[in-house]
Amino acid sequence: MVEKLKQPGRLGLAPENFLSEEQIKEIAEGRRDFLRKSFLAASAAMVAPVIARASDGDPDILNLPPWTTTLGQPVATNPYGLPSKFESQLLRRESPGLTRVGGSSVSFCPLQGLFGIITPSGLHFERHHQGWHDVDPARHRLMINGSDPQFLKKPKVYTMDEIMRLPSVSRIHFIECGANTGLEWGNVAVPTVQYTHGMLSCSEFTGVPLKLLLEDCGVDYKKARYILAEGADGSSMTRTIPMEMVENGEVFVAYGMNGEMLRPENGYPLRLVVPGVQGVSWVKWLRRIEVGDQPYATKDEAVHYIDLQPNGLHRQYTSIQECKSVITTPSGGQTLLSQGFYNISGLAWSGRGKIKRVDVSFDGGINWQKARIEGPVQNKALTRFNINWVWDGKPAILQSRAVDETGYVQPAYGQLRKVRGTKSIYHNNAIQSWKVVESGEVSNVQVL
Amino acid sequence: MSRFSKSVLVCALLSASVSAFAFDNYLGVGREAKPAEVKAWDIDVRPDFKGLPKGSGNVERGQDLFEEKCASCHGSFGESNEVFTPLIGGTTAEDIKNGRVGGFVKGDIPQRTTFTKVATISTIFDYIQRAMPWTSPKSLAPDDVYAILAYFLNLAEIVPGDFTLTDKNIGEVQAKMPNRNGMTTNHGMWSGPSAKKGGIGNGGIPDVKNIACMTNCKPEVLIGSTLPEYARTAHGELADQNRSFGPVRGTRTLGPEAAKKAAELGTLELANKSGCMACHGVKNKIVGPGYNEVAARYKDQPDAESRLIAKVKAGGQGMWGSMPMPPNGHVKDEEMKTLVKWILSGTK
Repeated sequence: MVEKLKQPGRLGLAPENFLSEEQIKEIAEGRRDFLRKSFLAASAAMVAPVIARASDGDPDILNLPPWTTTLGQPVATNPYGLPSKFESQLLRRESPGLTRVGGSSVSFCPLQGLFGIITPSGLHFERHHQGWHDVDPARHRLMINGSDPQFLKKPKVYTMDEIMRLPSVSRIHFIECGANTGLEWGNVAVPTVQYTHGMLSCSEFTGVPLKLLLEDCGVDYKKARYILAEGADGSSMTRTIPMEMVENGEVFVAYGMNGEMLRPENGYPLRLVVPGVQGVSWVKWLRRIEVGDQPYATKDEAVHYIDLQPNGLHRQYTSIQECKSVITTPSGGQTLLSQGFYNISGLAWSGRGKIKRVDVSFDGGINWQKARIEGPVQNKALTRFNINWVWDGKPAILQSRAVDETGYVQPAYGQLRKVRGTKSIYHNNAIQSWKVVESGEVSNVQVL
Repeated sequence: MSRFSKSVLVCALLSASVSAFAFDNYLGVGREAKPAEVKAWDIDVRPDFKGLPKGSGNVERGQDLFEEKCASCHGSFGESNEVFTPLIGGTTAEDIKNGRVGGFVKGDIPQRTTFTKVATISTIFDYIQRAMPWTSPKSLAPDDVYAILAYFLNLAEIVPGDFTLTDKNIGEVQAKMPNRNGMTTNHGMWSGPSAKKGGIGNGGIPDVKNIACMTNCKPEVLIGSTLPEYARTAHGELADQNRSFGPVRGTRTLGPEAAKKAAELGTLELANKSGCMACHGVKNKIVGPGYNEVAARYKDQPDAESRLIAKVKAGGQGMWGSMPMPPNGHVKDEEMKTLVKWILSGTK
């Protein structure tokens, strides 16, 4: 028997008498206790000499774990792979009390546990205006027309088959909701970075520049200076976008996200990508583009997504997400394990271009040090920064401050509020502060 | 150069000149939209009323329609804060005259209702037509939208009770919108050209300026706000929202006992929020059976969970008497599972 097993490529028969008839019956009845017992007995017999001397070292080294001593699972056990069962804590979550209806709500991305700059597609934040659908790509259409027949030679309809035949681009961009950090305008309100900054994600999107499609329809750029983008969902969400962003090739209709098709919650099968601009303009389930000669004052640019200023006026058509950053490790609601070395890590981004620099302070903004920018620095994309820190067990206040390629420096809360007050709801890009106390607990504070 | 390569060159030049037009360039891709197709989808209404369908509706009919189709979420007078933020309120006769909502100017506005904010009446027409009612968007005819909007305008005391709103007089109503002068585009956050160049805003000039100072930047650290104790626990057990290994742990905010209690309370709240408790008691029949009865009936049935989920989703009649249960498509799958598990476990 043993000889046979040694021959490569031969399968050995299971030892038939390994289980008694009685034991087989017990298994059939779902009683497996005896197996566990006998396994424990067997392993105890095997490793007993080691266990007896825990002082020899780490039991997780000295006692070989089952994954080292048994056969693993075969390929395609999960035809669509899933995260480890040990990763069940990092989920999209809602903030209680924020909205009353799930169909018009937000789920926040768990930034506190993510690495690098790409958001796993299953953790991409969600914001729906009237619920999401899994749209049938075979029945999805993109229509392009003009508010006036003069603006476009030929209104056209495209199927997904046709859109996916066209020359494509793949680009990495961040998407941030205009209301991200909006809960914190007046005071600290939420405990973790998931809820302060989690309406933020970054993906590689693949699709067709809108410029190409509009030119295919014979757009008249002289007359049509705005576009209206419209979704196919119940809300048929609409937003106005300047034609300049289309003409310069930045805006594209995307079907791909991180190498696969968009997820239904993110607009499957087609969404607009408007780099640097707040998420509401990245219309999901995109069904129509209209070219026109004036802005549209749609509900989401005339009732919502307008920024109330101290003089009582609302800023309308605010779109750009200004330069911003946040430390994600460590961050609010976390506790440092002990004194000593930590790699402080965070994200920086700007709707006006590339990140030029990120500074980090450990003393609440009195002194700053330049952080390392890690990985690729791309236009209107998340940028990862890191800096070394040795925690001496004393209280500290951690902050990050990003500078973009236009020279704009992320402001402090005091500076932002001086100009915009505290009731703006949208576009809070203030410096985030995390307070560390002696116990190692990290919490959300605002430094003026 | 051979003749062949010359013809290739001519072809190349030709195609270059064609691509300058870029029209009909992507052969076989896309087709011309038919007028009826454009009409079916091009429903937007602009501030200059381009796209506004012809029609009319009066306040009285609007009130009936609103009561029937809208009031369950918005409240009969547009005041509801239960499901959605209020539509009406917070504006005065003075505001209608000035076109600025005084509550914003003075900074004492009690609540930001739709009518305190919106400057353009086209916005409301467009939105009702495209997205309302919540569960059956695009089901209102233009005359319905006119009527409902007339009712709003009357509630907001912009028009009298015998008013009929039409495509002809909507422009006059625009001139009375209480916050019509309350918007500004003079800011640096428009992603297109500035107003000076025919666009919007100031061309992207930021309104806040910080300096990247590096050392001794200020004499002291001023803390403006810290996390209130209630907010520390309002988002559940933070220990369970962080990885269980790595440089940090999630802070234990509730502890295991409190977390369990919060989860139970959470489910009852979820049942409330989802509208279940209007017809079912935890231990008593209301219109439908009590959850104790449901749990008893499904006891020891291995597929109870999936069957009950299907039942709750689709609704039904007969199993518990003649009173039908409506379908509950609005409840999320994950929440439905939580609720059904909770019911089957005897609401423990």
